[in-house]
Amino acid sequence: MTAPFALTNAHLLDPATRTEGSGGVLIKDGKILDWGPEIKEGTLPDGTEVQDCNGLNLSPGLVDAHAYLCEPGKEHRETMATAGAAAAAGGVTTINAMAATEPVIDDPALVELVSRRAKTTCPVNICITGALTKGLEGSEMAEFGLLADAGVVAVSDGQFAIGNINLMRRALAYSKMFNLPVIVHAEEPNLAAGGVMTGGQMATLMGLKSIPTCAEAILVERDIRLVEMTGARWHAAHLSTADALNSIRRAKAQGLSVTAGTAPHYHALNDLEVGEYRTFARVSPPLRQEEDRLAVIEALKDGTIDIISSQHLPQSADSKRLPFAQAKPGVIGLETMLPVSLRLFHNKDIGLLDLLHTMTVAPAKLLGLDAGQLKKGAAADLILFDTEIPWQVDGDSLKSKSKNTAFDGHLLQGRVKETFVGGASVFKL
Amino acid sequence: MTSLDTNRFAHRHLLDIARLGAGDINQLLDLAESYANLSRTPDKKQSILRGKTQINLFFENSTRTRTSFELAGKRLGADVINMSVGSSSVKKGETLIDTAMTLNAMHPDVLVIRHSDSGAPHLLSQKVDCAVINGGDGSHEHPTQALLDALTIRRRKGRLEGLTVAICGDIQHSRVARSNIALLNIMGARVRVVGPTTLVPSNANKLGAEVFYTMAEGLKDADIVMMLRLQTERMQGSFVPSIREYFKFFGLDKEKLKHAKPDALIMHPGPMNRGVEIDSEIADDLNISAISEQVEMGVAVRMACLDLLTREGK
Repeated sequence: MTAPFALTNAHLLDPATRTEGSGGVLIKDGKILDWGPEIKEGTLPDGTEVQDCNGLNLSPGLVDAHAYLCEPGKEHRETMATAGAAAAAGGVTTINAMAATEPVIDDPALVELVSRRAKTTCPVNICITGALTKGLEGSEMAEFGLLADAGVVAVSDGQFAIGNINLMRRALAYSKMFNLPVIVHAEEPNLAAGGVMTGGQMATLMGLKSIPTCAEAILVERDIRLVEMTGARWHAAHLSTADALNSIRRAKAQGLSVTAGTAPHYHALNDLEVGEYRTFARVSPPLRQEEDRLAVIEALKDGTIDIISSQHLPQSADSKRLPFAQAKPGVIGLETMLPVSLRLFHNKDIGLLDLLHTMTVAPAKLLGLDAGQLKKGAAADLILFDTEIPWQVDGDSLKSKSKNTAFDGHLLQGRVKETFVGGASVFKL
Repeated sequence: MTSLDTNRFAHRHLLDIARLGAGDINQLLDLAESYANLSRTPDKKQSILRGKTQINLFFENSTRTRTSFELAGKRLGADVINMSVGSSSVKKGETLIDTAMTLNAMHPDVLVIRHSDSGAPHLLSQKVDCAVINGGDGSHEHPTQALLDALTIRRRKGRLEGLTVAICGDIQHSRVARSNIALLNIMGARVRVVGPTTLVPSNANKLGAEVFYTMAEGLKDADIVMMLRLQTERMQGSFVPSIREYFKFFGLDKEKLKHAKPDALIMHPGPMNRGVEIDSEIADDLNISAISEQVEMGVAVRMACLDLLTREGK
């Protein structure tokens, strides 16, 4: 039994209950004992250790629904320790780790290994998404039942789309038995084969093989029909086009169990970033043209997009220091997800509670986690952040082992000041 | 034997269970019961089918069903000829109808056909002058299997009506399941189907079976647990991720069997995949497993079918 600990004089933000106002959080034994306007000096139990937040925003820690941790097997790019440090600095208190490790997380024994290792080396919580297909090879369904028993929260082939429609049909039907959401990379693989940037004027000008925007909508439409048939839970990890978002809009209106996500680079950047063949702007799906970027923002505003996740994908310098078409896609994002997304708040596109909703309650709900909200009895995973503080991103000073950020040199406004996991401070600016 | 001689069977062929009535089924089972008893006596050879020709036309490999039909015919005194794909002209490109016409010209009295295409026996029956027995067609029906299962249940439980029967496994591709669902419904049993979502048609309830996706729910208070064979090609990631996962969630072991009634009877049409859909401990326990008796009843049921379908005046 440790002494109670209170964060007082904060600006509380709880998207789940749509609470915003001054107050505090009382923590004991790593859990939220109570929270609200009443938590302030004078009302606290004797012996409570108090931290005055000086009016800073206090919200649930962020849940990142989609990140690649590279451990085990690709530790030269990232480890659970370095990803955890980046997450803590970015206000992410729970990371949903994708299965693309070496070996691939398609075996229950590996789930246990990774969970155990995360507990000892990673400062934030980690939950695991199991492989959708064995070895992420897209041909044989993985053991969803055994993986679910071992504790995975979803199944996904991460960056790889499932081209085989029969496999997808069966995987959706099968996932339903274990109530596992199927997270997909929505890009028709034959149409996207060999493409490195989005179709359009830039691609033509630069002479790069492109991927038409409809590659996304085609796969989304295909899967929506399969969801309609199977009733499975389906989530598009990172949508980037107006077309696909319109499909999601219709599916939701129809009442289907579909959700959609995007990543900060899809609402903050467009294909102009690729100019000068910047490989750090090579992502999958590719950065789109301006009208699609605006459509992503529109979809965030009207709730078509439920979740913003980092899509954190560390790549070594060697795999980015190549001709554009040979460079590996992916950007890191754990540390910059919130600050970049705060642009939407500053531009008055989205209110702060709604914005936080996409990075807390919504992903927690998708993954079935008891996280992402201020709730008595829940783990005290909390962040203190300032929406105004200006700073410039310096890739080299980010905490990830790999430095492939798309936002190097960008001026951002707003930053996490302190992060708590289970009531313990794991990062302080 | 003689008491039933005046009984005529109301059908010319045995193509599926779905078109039989309770009276037809009882007639077949009653006669089969007497053949079952006869088969246990030393002098089991009959001459009812003497001079009749039975052709077993097997387009799909089968040892047990073909042997069972062959033995049934021989016990009744018929001349039995086995034709299998390997030795037939089908390999040379002959169509099913051409084969049928050729065989028909030889004046057989009964044709037993097994084919990998659903509906093949129906097509054949329209082209020949003799009785046709469906020995299993595609994923459609396997009527003699359902009849032998019914006879086995009736002998062990004394009735079919009111029993709860859980059919477990690959319902989607199973002709055994379809025939059993039909027969058990006609006879007033309560039918459940249990299996993974990838192997149970979601509209199975329309066929008269309650659908379950967990063994615990599906087996709850069941009188009969009927396990189906899972084909090897469906185990490795296409319909089911792996054998170990299938066995864990849908393989019948002592633990899952606890959900059924304490005196529940275990059945399997064979051949069994031990450690895939059924644990050896259960398959080999003669107190709860009726698997050997099913094979025995198979011969008796097929004798009854051959007898009834070849009676004069048909």
